[in-house]
Amino acid sequence: MEIAVISGKGGTGKSSVSAAFATLKPEVVLVDCDVDAANLYLLFNPTHEKEEIFISGFKAVINKDVCTNCDLCVDYCRFDAITNVNGEVVINEIVCDGCKLCSRICPLEAISMIPEDKSRMYSGTFRNGKMVYGLLSPGEENSGQLVDMVREEAKKVAQKNNLDTIIIDGPPGIGCAVISTITGVDKVVIVTEPTLSGLHDLKRTIEIVSKFNLTKMVIINKYDLNVDMSKTIENYCISEGVPVIAKLPFDKIVVDAMVSCKSIIEYAPDSEIAALLTDAFAKTVS
Amino acid sequence: MSLKLKIAIASGKGGTGKTFIATNLFNVLQKMGKQVNLVDCDAEEPNDREFISGDYMHSFDVTQKIPVVDESKCTYCGKCYDYCNYHAIFFLSEQRVIQVLDEHCHGCGACSVACEYGAITDKDDVLGTVTRYKVQQNTHLIETRIKVGVHSSVPVIKEGIKAAMDAELVLLDAPPGTSCAFIQTVAMADYVVLVTEPTPFGLSNLRQSVETLRSLGKPHGVIVNRIGLGNNEVFDYLKNENISLLMSVPFDRSIAKIYSNGQLLTNASDEWTMKFTQLFDNIFEKHGNSSY
Repeated sequence: MEIAVISGKGGTGKSSVSAAFATLKPEVVLVDCDVDAANLYLLFNPTHEKEEIFISGFKAVINKDVCTNCDLCVDYCRFDAITNVNGEVVINEIVCDGCKLCSRICPLEAISMIPEDKSRMYSGTFRNGKMVYGLLSPGEENSGQLVDMVREEAKKVAQKNNLDTIIIDGPPGIGCAVISTITGVDKVVIVTEPTLSGLHDLKRTIEIVSKFNLTKMVIINKYDLNVDMSKTIENYCISEGVPVIAKLPFDKIVVDAMVSCKSIIEYAPDSEIAALLTDAFAKTVS
Repeated sequence: MSLKLKIAIASGKGGTGKTFIATNLFNVLQKMGKQVNLVDCDAEEPNDREFISGDYMHSFDVTQKIPVVDESKCTYCGKCYDYCNYHAIFFLSEQRVIQVLDEHCHGCGACSVACEYGAITDKDDVLGTVTRYKVQQNTHLIETRIKVGVHSSVPVIKEGIKAAMDAELVLLDAPPGTSCAFIQTVAMADYVVLVTEPTPFGLSNLRQSVETLRSLGKPHGVIVNRIGLGNNEVFDYLKNENISLLMSVPFDRSIAKIYSNGQLLTNASDEWTMKFTQLFDNIFEKHGNSSY
């Protein structure tokens, strides 16, 4: 079973919930798909049995010795990445989308495409099973494709090691990377918080998950920071037919657990939050 | 009137308080009578409008050109498929099947250049919208919002920022992370305020943000939010790396409550209004009046 933990809004506690789920039964595959800000490896310090390069895209580079500044590429580039500055053709690396069109149409073949190869996928072992994650290099794009690569590897690892539970920690937002994270999973757990922003983003997230017709459930984290807003969120979930499987109180020990590089289940197994998450996990897999 | 300062408020980790800082800073500046625009660049999940109320002025769609294949002219040669660098053309040569996958298309136009039979034309595809709200005389909120499932928020963010350039001060509430959308936002700013929290996750993402800003040569400082939770490592890091600590915000249930209800701390507390004013003065003193 593949379980994706996501949240529209960042910082609601996705990773803390994923970490808890990953330590609630022996031997799971834990997957960090928040490739833009992967953090779970800090908690679980996995070994790396495999490292793969992810080519996130390309950047056009101009050979000044060959270029005659004819401006043909300037006209063709739809991203406004190429300009003629005082008679000299210049490519803005930040704006370049890597489409290769300029390199194809240059009559003198003065433009070459350099692959962006700083992003990585790692696959290895952590203290409660296998772990796969991706690290997108700053400024690089196509996080959705890296998520696809990470999930592909996770499935292979699960099969090879005969593991039946895959826990996926997803990225925030509602973009491409989120869609890649939830496509084809069995269950989606949405973690939210009792703030107006939390509610707003939850609505957008439920809308997306519904489009894919996936089984979804909600955890309201830090619910006691605003009990009225929690009630509003709960009522909204009821009206949408989405079960709320846990309401977790705000507790400093969740942060303390993170500081100690442990999941809340490992750090405080007898705590109220650990009990609530154990129950939530049971409801998720049932 | 000339543009005096553009400040981006950003963070590697989501949920550290970017929107909290951006909306309160905007609020303080507009109360001071400054001519200021706030751009919500978190186009996937824009939230600034929950905190800043304004009157709707106008909105426009941000589009890109995507190809349309005229199958009566197509010879199924596959050259457009070869030219497409985004896997946005689905092509089966033997079965004579060709289809544009709109959501993968970046609108680069390579396929139409490739086609020798005039079978490919363009149509406009909506990526998202930019909406302008009037908050006060001379102060505006500009919201960027992508359509669900589009490959990149960057074109929408760029148009939103462009639309905001008519004020002397511009605040950019950046999308989380350090990916392309973040770079495009901070590239337009004179100064970047990074918001973090004193946890291992917060610090790890902060390091990544700082390294990225250093490689871009962008001046920056840090606000640590929710101190009292987590540990002190972030302060050691800032000291060792010689990064200026712009402000610290304690974890306080009453602050959390104000935020959670969609309200502004600077409307509830004179003390915090003072602190945000000082925050701006400190940044402006060093980085104001710069032209980009």
